[in-house]
Amino acid sequence: MLNTSPDFKENSRRAMQDAGLQKALDRARKPFAQTRAAAVARLPEFETLRETAKGIKNHTLANLDVYLERYAEQVEAHGGQVHWCRTAEDARAAVLDICRRVGAKTVTKGKSMISEEIGLNEHLAENGVRPVETDLGEYILQIRGEAPSHIIGPAFHLNREDWEASFRAAHTHLPADRVFHEKRDIQAEARAVLREQFIAADVGITGANFLIAETGSSVIVTNEGNGDLTQTLPRVHIVLASLEKIVPTLEDTVSLLRVLARSATGQEFSVYTTFSTGAKRPGDPDGPEEYHVILLDNGRSNMVGTEFQDMLRCIRCSACMNHCPVYLTVGGHAYGSMYSGPMGSVLTPAIFGAEQAHLLPTASTFCGKCESVCPMKIPLTGMMRHWRERAFERHLAPATTRYGIRGWGFVARRPGLYRGVARIAAWGLGMMGRKRGRFGWLPLAGAWTAARDMPAPEGETFFARYAREQRSR
Amino acid sequence: MKQDNQAQRAAILGTIRRGLGRGALPADQAAMLRTRLDAHPRHTIPARVALDHDALIELFIANATREYATVQRLADPADLPAHVAGYLREQNLPAELVIAPHPDLEDANWNDAPLLAHRFGRAQPSDMVSVQRGFAAIAETGTLMLPSGQRSPTTLNLLPDTEIVVLRDSDVVGPYEDAFDRLRQAGGMPRNVMLVTGPSRSADIERTLELGAHGPRRLHIVLLGDAGGDGAQG
Repeated sequence: MLNTSPDFKENSRRAMQDAGLQKALDRARKPFAQTRAAAVARLPEFETLRETAKGIKNHTLANLDVYLERYAEQVEAHGGQVHWCRTAEDARAAVLDICRRVGAKTVTKGKSMISEEIGLNEHLAENGVRPVETDLGEYILQIRGEAPSHIIGPAFHLNREDWEASFRAAHTHLPADRVFHEKRDIQAEARAVLREQFIAADVGITGANFLIAETGSSVIVTNEGNGDLTQTLPRVHIVLASLEKIVPTLEDTVSLLRVLARSATGQEFSVYTTFSTGAKRPGDPDGPEEYHVILLDNGRSNMVGTEFQDMLRCIRCSACMNHCPVYLTVGGHAYGSMYSGPMGSVLTPAIFGAEQAHLLPTASTFCGKCESVCPMKIPLTGMMRHWRERAFERHLAPATTRYGIRGWGFVARRPGLYRGVARIAAWGLGMMGRKRGRFGWLPLAGAWTAARDMPAPEGETFFARYAREQRSR
Repeated sequence: MKQDNQAQRAAILGTIRRGLGRGALPADQAAMLRTRLDAHPRHTIPARVALDHDALIELFIANATREYATVQRLADPADLPAHVAGYLREQNLPAELVIAPHPDLEDANWNDAPLLAHRFGRAQPSDMVSVQRGFAAIAETGTLMLPSGQRSPTTLNLLPDTEIVVLRDSDVVGPYEDAFDRLRQAGGMPRNVMLVTGPSRSADIERTLELGAHGPRRLHIVLLGDAGGDGAQG
């Protein structure tokens, strides 16, 4: 569920003054870029594979209906059930129905952005089912009542002291004077506490990185193994997946996997890539007795055939945000959406509406770094531009912004007028700034000059100077 | 109000088809998609696996080791119990095993290592060390393929602190695609297939990599010589 996207500007201001967050961002900035670059350098075929990956997803999206039907057929052939859900509300209801039918009290959860998108934890808790997040990052966020700030490293905004304080507050059954000598002691405590939950759970809920039409399999990719424990130990396994996760074959899937981990964490391959196909088979010594897939639409089918269709290629690697100068300045929470950074700026308005999220596509300098690292070659800046146009057309931006843009557009489309205005402005500013050579404050640009000085023009425009120098040759 | 499943399905597929500007896919095009699914064509495969089998084994060992697994080759499969007993001693682990009920492991002479307590079956939360029979070892990234089944319980890969995975040299393949082809030949997708690359880990706390998040913190791989000890040692 969306919380504070409309407050993006205020959120950003606060984020830039948040010392803890800035410390976390400083720690992440370099490694984000370096680990990916190193992984890409080790695989000479990486560029070819990006093109392959894009082709696979484009083919899939052009035949999305057929592959979804085939997928559902295969899930059912292996004793699983597919629950088609148009809205977040439908998906929440479908999960709760299953939990109630099997009398579930405790539900363990692997990391799932769909769960965040549909607000599942709140819904389960309100209805007497206790959800327990088991991804280390998601677990501490649940303790702290916070939202994830990154799609794969949900708690990367926290520092060690936050972890220690939260664990001391939450794990009151442990000795209060225990010492965390190393970060691994914190991790070991979570392992021990969550092990009991894995064993107690009646239902396990995971997300899915891919759904495979050929075999009816869902795939999760993790490093911790929490998703595997979640889906192996309880009686019931529920998969939450949005419909664009579909991929035709195993060969297509491994081609996407080759670019996923490298783009995400800079690993060659994640530790656990697990394919689940239906319920426990006769003779299987372990595994769940029921297997359900919540297949969520929530606005995605409306993106098919529009200028936003390419966004459905996204495999949620996080490379775009890991390289985004805006994201790396304000962090993920400022976006007020579980999807942040460039991919979030495009996806959030599509899912939750431009009224709520029209500011997010403005959070870009259009430097294009996101597109250059996107393994699926999604034209993120182009799509942010589409959202800006829509926001402008639908009068979602404040009147001053719209009049400003309209006025600028009027002048910019008329070269003669533009040069005239520029000449007057350059001359005027040149006169006024002659003494100091710069301005500490300018009308209508207070926010810009608050952090730096504007150099004064020399009195002549580029065009005028260019023409003069051409003549004097 | 929640609509019935069929109605939801029809609505979703209808919206997609409208977006694609067509009705249901014409029969000839649908047939082409079925052909693609049946043929499941391969895409680009990294040149790093274009090696002979001995070199693939070396690549597998190098990649698995890079991902913090340990690997031991045993020319003579009969040495397995003694090797496992030695490994447990070296790592200061209890001499107590839960072993996959796979013929290759059931036939091993575990009583050769007399201080080793063992049983066959799925893992319980209290088990400290498991021995699994791997299905394939993928050289491309040092990855193990561990399918579920009567003879290879999934819990062995998850609950114990230490997992020992036993394979034969001939189980080593180049790319993931080769492993999945073998799985298809063996009867298709079982309920669960884990691709495991090194021991469990997390970098959630201040981006510092720590092994042993929720799954095993040690992964030890044993590659047995194929022809019963006729010198496959590398």
